[in-house]
Amino acid sequence: MAYHDRVARLIPAVVVAALLAVLSAPAQAPAGKPNLNGIWQAVNTANWDIQTHGPSPGPPALGAIGTIPPGLGVVDGGELPYLPEAAAKKKQNFANRWTADPEIKCYMPGVPRATYMPYPFQILQGTNSIMIVYEYANAVRTINMGPPREAQVDSWMGWSNGLWEGKTLVVDVTGQVDQTWFDRSGDFHSDALHVVERYTPVNENVLQYEATIEDPKVFSRPWKMSMPLYRRLEKNAQLMEFKCAEFVEELLYGPLRRKVTKP
Amino acid sequence: MTYRVLLLVSITVPVWAQHPSFEGIWNSASLTPFQRPAELGNKEYYTEQEAAVYEKNKAQEVNRDRRDGGQEADIARAYNELWFDRGSKLARTRRTSMIIDPPDGRVPPMTPEARKKFQAIQEKFAVHPADGPEDRPLPDRCLMFSQSGPPMIPGNYNDLYQIVQTPEYISILAEMGNQVRVIPLDGRSHLPQNVQGWMGDSRGHWEGDTLVVETVNFRFNDRSRFGVQYDGMTDKNLRITERFTRTSPDSILYRAIIDDPTVYTKPWTMEVSLEKSEGPVYEYACHEGNYGLAGVLAGERVQEKRAAEQKGANR
Repeated sequence: MAYHDRVARLIPAVVVAALLAVLSAPAQAPAGKPNLNGIWQAVNTANWDIQTHGPSPGPPALGAIGTIPPGLGVVDGGELPYLPEAAAKKKQNFANRWTADPEIKCYMPGVPRATYMPYPFQILQGTNSIMIVYEYANAVRTINMGPPREAQVDSWMGWSNGLWEGKTLVVDVTGQVDQTWFDRSGDFHSDALHVVERYTPVNENVLQYEATIEDPKVFSRPWKMSMPLYRRLEKNAQLMEFKCAEFVEELLYGPLRRKVTKP
Repeated sequence: MTYRVLLLVSITVPVWAQHPSFEGIWNSASLTPFQRPAELGNKEYYTEQEAAVYEKNKAQEVNRDRRDGGQEADIARAYNELWFDRGSKLARTRRTSMIIDPPDGRVPPMTPEARKKFQAIQEKFAVHPADGPEDRPLPDRCLMFSQSGPPMIPGNYNDLYQIVQTPEYISILAEMGNQVRVIPLDGRSHLPQNVQGWMGDSRGHWEGDTLVVETVNFRFNDRSRFGVQYDGMTDKNLRITERFTRTSPDSILYRAIIDDPTVYTKPWTMEVSLEKSEGPVYEYACHEGNYGLAGVLAGERVQEKRAAEQKGANR
């Protein structure tokens, strides 16, 4: 009897402890899966150039603000295996980068570039699907976690099928248009691009990101980039509305404005 | 014994299950009009029979593959039925309009000052519809659509939404224009008033099983409207309260209360039924493929040039 009483008195404490544990768990993910919920950002200069690069001058009027910052590359092995014709195209892209980079026009960046643009993005891990919302250009993609489905049409952010390999979220991305670049240096791909992304939690605040790039029309072999992604820890971190379409209107449509002729 | 049951329950019911889930793909398309036809007065619902008649007539009325009505009507239907996806039914509630308050189902009158301003805006755009990109309606610029919300007003096509929910956020992606809102549910305060967005600043909280989303800090301009079918107006005092409630395994009842005391003489409420859909939601790359805006501006310049030449010739 005394034993039972003691156990009975202990149980409420256990219940409270269990409840507290459940209630205080940060952004709990569906049972048994790692929790990738959060606002993340790459801290590197890959958006300028995915390969290691020194500093270089930008538009003179902008001085140090416009200077291209130096940075270590994110490509495993360093070199990109361009096919000969593609290497020439990349060179041409680089020469035209201040007008030809699709980022200038606020076009959706595609995958993997969206991951390492200098803006945060948010992973929302639901029960049946995972949505990634990027601050830049309000770009978004939903990862199908059900049975894999083929891309029905090409799109700017592609079609994503996801699955878990242990604690790694593996995302297979196909169906991307050929109009996005990998960086501001003119590294590019074709519509045959196939990206396999791997998001692996290293600790609570860091994800290791890898993207394997396969594009037989542009590259002689698959290659890989990798980088850590950091959690934005600001207490009120949130994605801000950044519909940059508005801010490129003068560039795109300025010449079509009504000209007011002076009398 | 009771304790043991309690213990089991507390372990097996995850935080996940504490609130209803809105996750999935939803479709808001219906034949329900935004405002109630004046002749219906305060009649809120159709009977089943009336609904069948309405649906049949409406489908015929809006059909854009019709070739009757003369040349002008024919040209106006150039965007033919292929483009449209508005469903063939009234919303499941069989309401006679999306607006449910005021009781006449119509947007309340504007305040005298707002009306004056609105008329001036209309007059300006009648003469200068496309001097530059900022003179065009927000959908032309790929910035906002009636579906984007708040409030989420169905349009003629692309009325799909994809919702993903976590304990701390809910994300609503409107297929139309690829517009997405990520709404924090953790009780944080709004952004400072100097930060304004076309979709405003949304914060959500639970009232029982209803998700309530409050949005303020709207960016607006002379072209800001609530929907393409309705010439509304907004200003900096706009506050929208949305209520999402699961009413069946296949639907969400969506309500939005629009309160803008310097534009409308009283708040008004609209209601839409979001129906479960198979999807998929496609990427609507609006800005990336926006040939329309350049075309509209270029066309306007050509017309100006012609008008100037005409004037010169008549001199």
